[in-house]
Amino acid sequence: MLQNSKPERIYLGGEAEVRIYSDFVEKIRKKKNYRVSDLDKILRESRTRTEARIISAARRNGVPTPIIFDVQGEKIVMERIKGEPLREIMNTELSRKLGELVAKLHEARIIHGDITPMNLIYSKGMIFFIDFGLSFYDERIESKGVDLHIYFESLKAYFDNWEELKEAFISGYKSYEKGGEVLKRAEEIDARGRYVERRMRD
Amino acid sequence: MISLGIEGTAWSLSIGVVDEKEVLLVENDPYIPKEGGIHPREAAQHHSERIGKLVKSVFSKIEPDKIDVISFSQGPGMGPCLRIVATAARVLSLKLEKPLIGVNHCLAHLEVGRWKTGAKNPVTLYVSGGNSQVIARRGKRYRVFGETLDIGIGNALDKLARHMGLKHPGGPKIEKLARNGKRYYELPYVVKGMDFSFSGMVTAAQKLFDNGISKEDVAFSFQETAFAMLAEVSERAMAYLDRDELLLVGGVGANSRLKEMLEVMCKDRKARFYSPPTELMGDNGAMIAYLSLLMFKHGYVTELKDSTVKPDFRIEEVDVSWE
Repeated sequence: MLQNSKPERIYLGGEAEVRIYSDFVEKIRKKKNYRVSDLDKILRESRTRTEARIISAARRNGVPTPIIFDVQGEKIVMERIKGEPLREIMNTELSRKLGELVAKLHEARIIHGDITPMNLIYSKGMIFFIDFGLSFYDERIESKGVDLHIYFESLKAYFDNWEELKEAFISGYKSYEKGGEVLKRAEEIDARGRYVERRMRD
Repeated sequence: MISLGIEGTAWSLSIGVVDEKEVLLVENDPYIPKEGGIHPREAAQHHSERIGKLVKSVFSKIEPDKIDVISFSQGPGMGPCLRIVATAARVLSLKLEKPLIGVNHCLAHLEVGRWKTGAKNPVTLYVSGGNSQVIARRGKRYRVFGETLDIGIGNALDKLARHMGLKHPGGPKIEKLARNGKRYYELPYVVKGMDFSFSGMVTAAQKLFDNGISKEDVAFSFQETAFAMLAEVSERAMAYLDRDELLLVGGVGANSRLKEMLEVMCKDRKARFYSPPTELMGDNGAMIAYLSLLMFKHGYVTELKDSTVKPDFRIEEVDVSWE
């Protein structure tokens, strides 16, 4: 690997530092000084291990992801996907395609945990999932519902035509056999977001 | 210009008076449950018994004629409590012949925070008993980017405190105990995207206590886990939205460990951390008065027919025309 070269860009994400080199990417979960060291260690190590494992599993299930070159402690070295962030070129067709890919993830029991147009790259005619930092395995409808809820919320936050994009996603996601059930749960979770206030009613 | 605001969405009953420069006065008469948590009807009963006296006390310190606007928190909150303050505000507005403004309680926390700290376009972490949200402004609206999927952090702290035999309000007692905690016990850390959840953590922490772990260690582990979740989602929002300001508001914001963690997080990413003075952190009338002043100057007035309470009032519903 090009150990001595300098990164082209460093992105300080919410959770990790991402160093982008010409043809590979390092994702480093740096120590967070705000949290107690026991918890910090647990989170960094378990998230790194799980992420590497899930990136590979997703690709085996037909979802485009970067190839992993190496995992060392809290660092993952992976292929750099060159393309455009989905956020920049979002349209209904892409949202529908994304629905099909999320269906594949959920069929494989993979919960992404952070599906947003900022975490996806369009390259060579495919949508790549590049960030599985908050992913985990789970079979439950609830977790899959939350997964969709997060995506729908991010659409609302970023696009004026979010309703259209949401509908397109749903049409793609329906390829999943339990799709209907998960979509129903996602709606319930949306309502629950308002739970706090409703709960306070007499 | 002078505004009077009445707050009473839950346990707090408070009247504040502000002008454009400063908080002129705040008078509080909070409801404190004898045991257990807040009973909405008992709280409302308390508010209705005390609101008259509180108004009199305020008007013994400031001439009613000097007031330009009467305002109240219209929601979100407990219906029975909201109705008491709304009624009181309507009566005052009619009697003094001053315009009435119903305001969003969450937005009031946020705007009074900006006012007192000088934060310009921050990501806001709003933490109280019932609410835990990460909020940021986009254009003419505030948007909730992340929030609790079940209970608010304050209620989570209260639930744990009650289980360990501590009286309401539990938050400050947990904070004190946590200072003497020595060992960290792992608890379910649940962050999903920008959303988070506390109820599983409460159950697990209660179990630790039942299994003989000291109150100090349970409190310490609970705070460290829960606040790390809040710091993480705040940081994620700042990264995504490319903001370099964080504003902490709401009653739980008085917790010094939470403040410290957020300060460290901001320092590490070269961002600025803001929190208003403690007396304006929890629910108070001054924040209602301040937001209504801002709204009044920008042409907002609430007609009597639109002044019914909104227990589910979301911050996203408010059109924000000021800077």
